[in-house]
Amino acid sequence: MIEFLQLLGKSTRASFTKLGRASFFLIQIVSGIASVLPRPRLLLKQMYSVGVLSFLIITISGLFVGMVLGLQGYYTLSDFGAEETLGVMVAASLVRELGPVVSALLFAGRAGSALTAEIGLMKATEQLSGMEMMAVDPIKRIISPRFLAGLLSMPLLAALFSAVGIIGGQLVGSGLLGVDEGAYWSQMQANIDFQDDIINGVLKSLVFGFVTSWIALFEGYDSIPTSEGVSRATTRTVVNSAFSILGLDFILTALMFGDD
Amino acid sequence: MDKSVSPQNSLVSVRHLTFTRGDTKIFDDISMEFERGKITAIMGPSGTGKTTLLKLIGGQLFPNQGIINIDNKNVHQLRRADLYSLRKRMGMLFQSGALLTDMNVYDNVAFPLREHTHLPESMIRTLVLMKLQAVGLRGARNLMPNELSGGMARRVALARAIALDPMMIMYDEPFTGQDPISKGALVHLIKSLNNTLGLTSIMVSHDVQETTAIADYIYVISGGKIVGQGTPQEIKQSSSEWVQQFMTGTADGPVHFHYPAKDYVDDLLSSGKRY
Repeated sequence: MIEFLQLLGKSTRASFTKLGRASFFLIQIVSGIASVLPRPRLLLKQMYSVGVLSFLIITISGLFVGMVLGLQGYYTLSDFGAEETLGVMVAASLVRELGPVVSALLFAGRAGSALTAEIGLMKATEQLSGMEMMAVDPIKRIISPRFLAGLLSMPLLAALFSAVGIIGGQLVGSGLLGVDEGAYWSQMQANIDFQDDIINGVLKSLVFGFVTSWIALFEGYDSIPTSEGVSRATTRTVVNSAFSILGLDFILTALMFGDD
Repeated sequence: MDKSVSPQNSLVSVRHLTFTRGDTKIFDDISMEFERGKITAIMGPSGTGKTTLLKLIGGQLFPNQGIINIDNKNVHQLRRADLYSLRKRMGMLFQSGALLTDMNVYDNVAFPLREHTHLPESMIRTLVLMKLQAVGLRGARNLMPNELSGGMARRVALARAIALDPMMIMYDEPFTGQDPISKGALVHLIKSLNNTLGLTSIMVSHDVQETTAIADYIYVISGGKIVGQGTPQEIKQSSSEWVQQFMTGTADGPVHFHYPAKDYVDDLLSSGKRY
């Protein structure tokens, strides 16, 4: 029993210490952003590797999710004779919920894991240490540009995901199942609100981009610089990001859509 | 205290340094002086914290006790900005080279110049080619770090370390894992750079032959203490059993061949337990 309590105490203390390190790390990253802004090329390079290289997985996944929504929505709505509103259902689900959440999960798997592995290996091969000895702050030069790139890419990727998904829903809904194409688009236009739906969706994806990039970069920077350490850190990035995204999604949804 | 190196003429001085990691004492009240313009070597078996000493000198680690002065400044009391401006005048050659893997040789050498100066690209090109010529790798400028052999990577890292014309340079095990030709090239380079650029060199190594060939002064450390010091000649003739074992590479002596363990026979006969 005593041993169990000791273990519990030890692991609690370790988690809080880690949270403290992560918070301090975040402060350093954010204060490093100012030095990224005068060097847009650093940012563009990172936006390419975290954003543009995630383009394919986001587009294809978005298309399939939209097509599935089209199918499922049609079967449910047609029971009530309301298949004309398929467009609203597909768009609302994507813009409010699935777009930000699924694209953030994919982003954590595709870009987050890559960031952790990259930073972890840079640490293991003494590149970060070497930079420090060359009087170059690795936080400003390496970490902050990647963080900013993740933060900015996430809403763009989520928007892309939703847009492609809406097209996928339309392909299945009007193309295969015979929902009127005009109704699909006009119902969507009439019922999707810019502020309530679109802006809130973008805010969600900004939060997810922030958290995922923070977790990925911190896990890499804090990893034990061995092959096992880096592999564990990469796993933790994906697992912790997924938990954070889903947990935060619940909180954000409650805050944003709770008043309706 | 060492008699042949006067503290007045030393660029780096380590005084009463104690450093612990966990419960292990890595350094126990050691003092060293590194003279300007000379090559000073720190020798000792693997795992005695030689690399840790370089990190302490570079201000990447903090000592538990004692002070380290570089050019009359206490490294561990400098503000961050001052530490960084001091580091611009220090070069460090890591054991792995620590080249940035997403850049080619040219950009790696240009990296500190681009980060710290506002020189036009044409001038950076001239400087980079001069540094690469000095290490004999001007022709390899377009190669990526993964296309280089270990020895070449270290030479590129050396070119990068001297890019900002530092006052001192620290070498972390420069000869480890090198073939005889690369070793010879590095020995020649370290010596000639030290002489032509007027550098102060601090070299951590356990390669007896190469180190004694070029060092002006040697400290031998073990178990957190300095066990011997002097010119290469003095070290070779040292009466210390420990130093003799290290210099001649004898398997057993003051440093035991066996890691501490319980009695061999008892261990074999105690059945049942795995550990």
